[in-house]
Amino acid sequence: MAASPDFVTGDSVVRGGIAGPPADPHVTGEAAVHSSEAGTSVVERPRPRRSSWRWLIGAILPVALLVLWWAASHLGWVAAFKLPSPEAVIQAAIDLAQRGVLWEYIGISLQRVLLGFAIGAIVGLALGAIVGLSRLADGFLAPTIGAARAVPSLAWVPLLILYLGFGEDSKVTLVAIGALFPVYTTVAGALRHVDPHLVELGRAYGLHGVRLLTTVQLPAVIPAIISGLRLALAQAWLFLVAAELLGSTMGLGFLLIESQNNGRIDRLFLAILVLAVLGKATDALVGVLERQLLKRWG
Amino acid sequence: MTLLETTSAPALPVSLSGVARRFPSPDGGERVVLREIDLSIRAGEIVALLGPSGCGKSTLLRLISGLDTADGGELTIAGTPVAAVDQRCAVAFQEPRLLPWRTIERNVEIGLPRGTEKSAGRDRVSELLRLVQLDHASGLRPRQVSGGMAQRASLARALARNPGVLLLDEPFGALDALTRITMQDLLLEVHAVEPATIVLVTHDVDEALQLADRIVLLGTDGDTAGATIRRVLEVGNRRPRDRGDARLAALRAELLDLLGVESHHPEDYITQAIKAQRSKRENP
Ligand SMILES: Nc1ncnc2c1ncn2[C@@H]1O[C@H](COP(=O)(O)OP(=O)(O)OP(=O)(O)O)[C@@H](O)[C@H]1O
Ligand SMILES: [Mg+2]
Repeated sequence: MAASPDFVTGDSVVRGGIAGPPADPHVTGEAAVHSSEAGTSVVERPRPRRSSWRWLIGAILPVALLVLWWAASHLGWVAAFKLPSPEAVIQAAIDLAQRGVLWEYIGISLQRVLLGFAIGAIVGLALGAIVGLSRLADGFLAPTIGAARAVPSLAWVPLLILYLGFGEDSKVTLVAIGALFPVYTTVAGALRHVDPHLVELGRAYGLHGVRLLTTVQLPAVIPAIISGLRLALAQAWLFLVAAELLGSTMGLGFLLIESQNNGRIDRLFLAILVLAVLGKATDALVGVLERQLLKRWG
Repeated sequence: MTLLETTSAPALPVSLSGVARRFPSPDGGERVVLREIDLSIRAGEIVALLGPSGCGKSTLLRLISGLDTADGGELTIAGTPVAAVDQRCAVAFQEPRLLPWRTIERNVEIGLPRGTEKSAGRDRVSELLRLVQLDHASGLRPRQVSGGMAQRASLARALARNPGVLLLDEPFGALDALTRITMQDLLLEVHAVEPATIVLVTHDVDEALQLADRIVLLGTDGDTAGATIRRVLEVGNRRPRDRGDARLAALRAELLDLLGVESHHPEDYITQAIKAQRSKRENP
């Protein structure tokens, strides 16, 4: 499980880094005039009405997989000890829910992910801003942070357990480490590449320091920050499972390893499905944040 | 005009003496772009900079605004040396440089002097937008407006500053002929009420003749590397000027002649170059 580099594609860095040409004349004066005369002061790009379509298209594959799964388990294509039936997994969920552990595990895993993600994202944002904005800090810090980033995540585990024990601290820290680097890398990269023309414009009009940062630089890298956050969230879940697999008494990762040890394939499937649903749901939350921010700054 | 009720910053004189600028060249040496620029601009004067592309007009504006520092010579505004990013100047860059995430209105707002009272600032911005004929576009984003509209927004932003020295780099370059004349008149009107010292880069001889008190022709002189001032022409006539005036016509002919001297190529030199290319391609 290598740390961020493979997740942070050059793409995402570049996308955020380019603030875009100051004004590309896509719309002719005339078109803009007409649209504003029609009474809309801000002409948003017409949103294609395809969201219901997308729902349908996106649902095809999961439903097909479910049917295939059902067929494979009921028609004996795969041995029962390797593949539980969907009903068995639902039964396992009901069973665990009634005992209260399912909610407890989901709750503790969510708590670890969100806490670690928040800490990692904030630290990553701060470090990325410092390194991206200051040549001196870049020269001073970047090599060290780069080396820390290169350490495979699991290599931290023994050390974290030694220093922080088996409790929450070590797990949240590991998740935070996972979330930190994608944010750091995207933000630092994007800030380094903010259109120098726009930065110069800001300076020419008397902006510097914090005001330059909030007026020009930060808005220019908002798309990069968001893609960094998305990558960081995925990493956070990854590191959560790593942390819980390696020493815990609760959580979805614990459910995985325990089910493996007990041969409870139904619970194992359940844990994986719950992880998929939670991961997608939290990603959707970032997606909502993304739309809000891009409406304002995009 | 209501806009111009604000107390205006006084126009400031600008003086350049022996100004030079060199840039490192790719081969490791240095390339002289500007040399020995001596020019003294009166407070409230409008000076047009004319010269071939790449001769260093934008560079000179950047030096005056303190965005760039000279390698030699002295630049002063109102007797004190130009500071790094001198806030007595406002620049309209050659590119509009609008922040893509702000509306046109909020982009112009950036030009307001620091500490402008909120409602006064809003009034001034909307008045300026009306003057540059962008009031209908105030809520649009830069990517939603045309190049000429963006350029007018950039002009409005510089005017919003109400500076002592206004530096305009080809402010009307992207405009159609009619809008261009309207904007030239607008600039003169604003200048009459809020006199600033204006240094204006243009490629348009007629524009220079219409707007400027003096026209400064930049260019290389002989074989010496680097552009310097080749000629300063007093236009002198009171504004508004008759575009058909005989004296202006004489000046125009003189300017075109001076600009033409830049080119040492025979008239059909492009045709010849294309023919040479073609024959090279056909019989390599
Ligand atoms: N930062 C820089 N580094 C190196 N060379 C530069 C730099 N800025 C300008 N130059 C060089 O200085 C010369 C003058 O550039 P400048 O932009 O001032 O020209 P200009 O007269 O404004 O031309 P145009 O009319 O095409 O806008 C050019 O040859 C350019 O390559
Ligand atoms: Mg130029």
